[in-house]
Amino acid sequence: MKLVVLAGTQGSGKTSVLLHVIKVLVRDGNKPAVVKVDCLWTDDDQRFDRLNIPVRVGLARDMCPDHFTIYNTEEMLKWAEAEGADVLLNETAGLCLRCAPYPDKCLAICVIDVTTGPNTPLKVGPLLTTADIVVMTKGDIVSQAEREVFRERVLDVNPDCMVVEANGLTGKGASEIAELIEAGMNVCDNIVLRHTPPLAICSLCTGETRIARKHHMGVLRQMDGFTEYRGE
Amino acid sequence: MNKKPILTILGGVDKDGVPEPIRSVEVSPGEILGIVGPTGSGKSTLIADIEQLAQGDTATGRTILIDGVKPDACTRVDPRKKLVSQLSQNMHFLADMNVEDFLQMHARSRGKAECLSEKVIELANTLTGEPIAPHCPLTVLSGGQSRSLMTADIAVISDSPVVLIDEIENAGIKKQEALELLAGEGKIVIVVTHDPMLALMAARRIVIRNGAMTNIITTSANEQHVCNKIVEVDNWLMSLRETIRRGDIVEDMA
Repeated sequence: MKLVVLAGTQGSGKTSVLLHVIKVLVRDGNKPAVVKVDCLWTDDDQRFDRLNIPVRVGLARDMCPDHFTIYNTEEMLKWAEAEGADVLLNETAGLCLRCAPYPDKCLAICVIDVTTGPNTPLKVGPLLTTADIVVMTKGDIVSQAEREVFRERVLDVNPDCMVVEANGLTGKGASEIAELIEAGMNVCDNIVLRHTPPLAICSLCTGETRIARKHHMGVLRQMDGFTEYRGE
Repeated sequence: MNKKPILTILGGVDKDGVPEPIRSVEVSPGEILGIVGPTGSGKSTLIADIEQLAQGDTATGRTILIDGVKPDACTRVDPRKKLVSQLSQNMHFLADMNVEDFLQMHARSRGKAECLSEKVIELANTLTGEPIAPHCPLTVLSGGQSRSLMTADIAVISDSPVVLIDEIENAGIKKQEALELLAGEGKIVIVVTHDPMLALMAARRIVIRNGAMTNIITTSANEQHVCNKIVEVDNWLMSLRETIRRGDIVEDMA
């Protein structure tokens, strides 16, 4: 079983690119299954359903979506195995850009929208810097020079990644990504995260709504950068 | 500039999946090739196939060969080795950077000296009305300014042996000068156009219909004669435009 974790910012074209990749994988005789993790709502399962492959949706709701994905990875792999799949494609809705949901023994793909400008690669953090493949989308909307500057910025923060230019409308880049997935390693037991998650047990996560500083607990950081632990 | 390659376009399928009539087009260094056809017929798609050096992996199924062979993966993606530069239909920059920083970073991505940015700005300012300043944010440039900057950037920084141009006529810049600047020495220039002058400046033109290359027309001696006349008319129109821009009064017919 191969595990592919596909992450990226909202509206970057993760699902559209993945749909094209799945068509190529199926054409080449692979058996992909998809788990789509979203926060509150999704109808992407209907888009995947049309491809006649096993599809499952996970909604993180009150839980952090990255933590939700990580916590449920074992179960997803078991499900994909039971469905007779040989590739599990896990599309996640990473949000805070401080985490990255990539395990070590997977193919980590970060999808990023070129129209957000060449400073974006500096802002995205481990989601981008620890990915194996960085997929640049919407390149048809900007000039070639802008695409090349964007690519340079991606390589500045992640020099070892493969950069693929893809288009969710035309399917450009899909066969390249499918090839990289087919060449990828198999998943094994005891996988670990590539990136250390944030140092926080957050009082907001446990339901605190009061804004005054005295009510907050955990590892807290002030505007001037001073960081302290407050709590028991 | 890299060595000057021969480019071959191998035919794929039209929008209905039917094999296109033209199965192979070979383009030699120094040639200007036109692409014509109704809007939505697939001219930009052909340009996109060439830009990414398609290997039967795009919607059209076309294959692009360099000197008769398939290019390696590196040539397809690494800007330092790219054989193709492209002036697309996009009329605006979206990047939140100033002109100078952007050009310097683009030079770096192409493995060129950062000081080329000055030359790009200087050249761009010969193509457009209002001058561009180095510290100006990219996003506030006008359509004509953006387009002339993109043109100068391709001529100076990209400097690839194959240049693709999509609809230069809508740009509000001096189109003939821009074309001559881009064509450079011994470059292959492929230009998508509805403009009679640009289409007839090409040695040959591919006709596109329903996503397919349906015909190749070689520009005849008569057409070249017509082209010369259009150039005269175009120069006259340009001088009128300049007169009106300056706020002067139009005198007589030239």
